[in-house]
Amino acid sequence: MSSVLYDVPGPRARRRNILYTLGFLVVLAALAWWVLTGLAGKGQLEWSKWAPFFTDSRVWTTYLLPGLENTLVAAALALAIALPLGAVLGIARLSDHWWVRGSAGAVVEFFRAIPVLILMLFANAAYAAFSDISPDTRPLYAVVTGLVLYNSSVLAEVVRAGILALPLGQSDAARAIGMRKGQTMRYVLLPQSVTAMLPAIVSQMVVIVKDTALGGAMLGFSELLASVRPMSANYGANTIASFTVVAVIFIVLNFALTSFAARLESRLRRGRKSTGAVVAADAVEVLATPGEHMGHKPKPPEQS
Amino acid sequence: MFDFLQGYDVLGAFWTTIQLTLWSAIGSLVWGTALAAMRVSPVPVMRGFGTGYVNVVRNIPLTVIIVFTSLGLFQTLGVSLGADTFTVINFRLAVLGLIAYTSAFVCEALRSGINTVPVGQVEAARALGLGFVQVLTLVVLPQAFRSVVGPLANVLIALTKNTTVAAAIGVPEAALLMREMIENEAQLILISAVFAAGFIILTLPTGLFLGWVGKKVAVKR
Repeated sequence: MSSVLYDVPGPRARRRNILYTLGFLVVLAALAWWVLTGLAGKGQLEWSKWAPFFTDSRVWTTYLLPGLENTLVAAALALAIALPLGAVLGIARLSDHWWVRGSAGAVVEFFRAIPVLILMLFANAAYAAFSDISPDTRPLYAVVTGLVLYNSSVLAEVVRAGILALPLGQSDAARAIGMRKGQTMRYVLLPQSVTAMLPAIVSQMVVIVKDTALGGAMLGFSELLASVRPMSANYGANTIASFTVVAVIFIVLNFALTSFAARLESRLRRGRKSTGAVVAADAVEVLATPGEHMGHKPKPPEQS
Repeated sequence: MFDFLQGYDVLGAFWTTIQLTLWSAIGSLVWGTALAAMRVSPVPVMRGFGTGYVNVVRNIPLTVIIVFTSLGLFQTLGVSLGADTFTVINFRLAVLGLIAYTSAFVCEALRSGINTVPVGQVEAARALGLGFVQVLTLVVLPQAFRSVVGPLANVLIALTKNTTVAAAIGVPEAALLMREMIENEAQLILISAVFAAGFIILTLPTGLFLGWVGKKVAVKR
């Protein structure tokens, strides 16, 4: 896109661009200098604060890796439970019966409109009051429950979008050979929409991974973010170093997921065998918004 | 039935939520637009910076950013953003964190809007002799802004919900008050219903209204 907005730079434009580049670099360098002197002034750049992450394997085995494991376990559990729930809700939203469609819609709109943290706090208190789950494992249960409630409603929209993205001829053909509604859904629409939904599901996984950090900050769930405090307590107030390492782990993990989603999407779009139906990886942002499809009848799919 | 609400400033907490949302929305609109302009600019270094910023910030959990503003910026480096009471400092730090995070999404929304402008228009504008800045401000951005009302509304709603993360550093907003009330009162279901209703009132009409506005103002093609 960017190359459309301007011509290939001529000599004057090139000189101007070099000037802009230099100016921008000066600003960046000044910013970096300001940050680094600030950090150095507080002694946060000393090697002793960063060394544990490179020289002491215990910081990894006692704090970082168990934290990462908890993050991943919670995220995986949440996805594994939310996916089938979301599929049921999504299919229910496409039902021919208004009361099935309506109640599934109400559930989806309700949970999409509420912050995940509120759902987690509720789940945590509910488990404390109404169940005998031990306080040690309760944060995990609460985090997973909150994530499932929210993400199953988002994934319901992903499923719905995936099914609606299939060419209309698919269900016409199924009806023509005498399949019933349930059969059409099970044998024709769902199997094809599963591939169409993959990019969106992978990119929703990023959201789930990021949201597990809420449990660390608010519920005492010992995930990756929660390992910052004990690390900086045990390794000499290396707060900045600990945050940097934790952030880098999150970035690497989520960047891998993001680029995997993007690769899946472009592969599906190029694929010749598929129907061309894809729920784009960046569509989940829209699908996660409450009220987005309220009161709309399912639209005929876009032909690509 | 709702007498457990006495002694708690529920409306005040939601007012803090709204204030967090508004300040962060304004800040991230400004910074996000600047980032989007960088990402489409002819200067490669700026493009690189914009791309790097978006890719890095989007992949860090907001909770990490917000907790960092408190533990890292304030407690370790002494950044207090010109405030002297804890409540104000934490509020401003939370706004800073929310702006840093949300502007990455604003940038992506705007960039997708820039992509909706047909290439032919830009070519026509350039054929008339308009430069990059003129093409951007006279032809592309006015249409882009009209087509991204919907996506920006999604970002705003996500921001409204994300303000609850400020509870992690003790900003007295809705989620923090909910946790306090759950601890002190035995009315779990009712308390949760009140806060759920509060957020539905905040987010659902925004989505419906701005979705409608977005359809109204979008350039029909």
